[in-house]
Amino acid sequence: MSAAPTSDGRVLRIEGLHKSFGKLEVLKGIDLALSEHEVVCLIGASGSGKSTLLRCIDLLEPIDRGRIVIHGEDVTRRGVDVNRVRRRIGIVFQAFNLFPHMTVLRNVTLGPTEALKLSRSEAEARALELLERFGLADKKDDYPDRLSGGQQQRVAIIRSLAMQPDILLLDEVTSALDPELVSGVLDLIRELARAGMTMVIATHEMGFARDIANRVCFLDQGVILEEGPPDQIFSSPREPRTQEFLQSILEAGRM
Amino acid sequence: MSVPGGGGAPELFEMPPGEPDLPRGRSGLLSGLSQEGAKGVLIAVVSTVVVFFVLGWVVVHSENWPEVKRAFFNGAEFKDTFPGIASRFLRNVEYFLIAEVFILAWALTLAVMRSLPGPVFFPLRLMSILYTDFFRGIPTVLVVYLLGFGVPAMQLPGVPRSNAFWAVVALILSYSAYVAEVYRAGIESIHPSQVASARSLGLTRMQSLRFVVIPQAVRRVIPPLLNDFVGLQKDTALVAFVVAVPEAFKQAQLEQYADFNFTPYLGAAIMFLIVTIPMTRLVDWLIQRERARRQAGGGL
Repeated sequence: MSAAPTSDGRVLRIEGLHKSFGKLEVLKGIDLALSEHEVVCLIGASGSGKSTLLRCIDLLEPIDRGRIVIHGEDVTRRGVDVNRVRRRIGIVFQAFNLFPHMTVLRNVTLGPTEALKLSRSEAEARALELLERFGLADKKDDYPDRLSGGQQQRVAIIRSLAMQPDILLLDEVTSALDPELVSGVLDLIRELARAGMTMVIATHEMGFARDIANRVCFLDQGVILEEGPPDQIFSSPREPRTQEFLQSILEAGRM
Repeated sequence: MSVPGGGGAPELFEMPPGEPDLPRGRSGLLSGLSQEGAKGVLIAVVSTVVVFFVLGWVVVHSENWPEVKRAFFNGAEFKDTFPGIASRFLRNVEYFLIAEVFILAWALTLAVMRSLPGPVFFPLRLMSILYTDFFRGIPTVLVVYLLGFGVPAMQLPGVPRSNAFWAVVALILSYSAYVAEVYRAGIESIHPSQVASARSLGLTRMQSLRFVVIPQAVRRVIPPLLNDFVGLQKDTALVAFVVAVPEAFKQAQLEQYADFNFTPYLGAAIMFLIVTIPMTRLVDWLIQRERARRQAGGGL
């Protein structure tokens, strides 16, 4: 969207990323690269490091080793303005984390007016267009606690989109939702993929991952153990750990 | 939420862990009546009348009552002195209003200073901690004497010489320490995910505080803040110790000296109660409402 792609044309490149919390090493050398319009799904058991990886990409967690390069710029080097970097990266959390004291509209305009310094009217026009597009315009004056979980999560995604990010990170965005509310959120994400949004999606929804992802990465104990096109990962995984994981998902009836 | 003690910063509105079925506070006064219907109300009224009548009878018929009545409940003295005291009370309200504005602002500054993370801000954090420790650790009346008499006595050029001015400054300095702790409790009660959300939008640390953390924190601590308001309204009487121009308490004191009768103090007490009781009820009502809202599952 903004910033010229560099020679290799990658929106995001992660090299040798290590991250520990105290003695616990959560990420043990992650390498991952995304081209523009690419959608990558991260699958793996809880605790495999999916969320930590996404939080590291948004610079919400300091990393121990390795590099994160966005559009050719090493954003993990010293002295980088993290606020500027975060404006280009959207992240949506499992628990929505809307601001409960603000209306839906203000939730969506806060970033554009304060971080991007847009005028209130520009920000509102942008917010209303997005709310309209995803069927939430009638909720603009409501407070988050008046909305269903699915609506809140869609607002949270719209809040990120209003920043017009280069890349969108989705951290198990349907995991906290009642089953009947999941599809509305997934439909929205599908539409974003069709519109060409570059995304990294951590998810437990295997069916969804299968039909939206260009590439699926299986995280296991802090490394990307296996990656490939969804058909290959889901139909003929090479690694025994991947087979085991997919088998357990299958048995839980979630595929 | 942990409110670190302090007379001015009482525990907020969360039930102590493990005791979810405690009686629901002072506003439970009328509870139990509705359950028993008209009969319950009747019993309550009758027993209340009986108890108060018996107590009143015992007091009025006790051996020393005439002395007590002369000293504290002297009708003529009351009629004579109350209007003067009541009008002086306006000054207490004025002290209160002026002090409160500065307290709210200064205490918020202290609380924000203390919540700044990282080694760079260590001096600010330390200053805030030392400040609150100091002013919460010494009696307010001592600060009032110190500043109210001390500063004007130095006769510094360009510095106000009014005792009342410096007494109010003393109240501001002292109460800000308590109110800062209330704010801090509120700030720390906001879940870190709210900050993560704000920061992920590219907001700076100060913007996150300003737009996301502080508005929610302040909303949560309104009841304990009002409690401190009640304390401050009462403590405006401390100004009496250093001023020549009387407020309500000082006026009562002068009347007492003049007539050797304590009834004027009763007049001053009535004026304070007229303001503080409604404030206390308001606090109770807000706490009750907050609790109901939380039980209904609302976030704020």
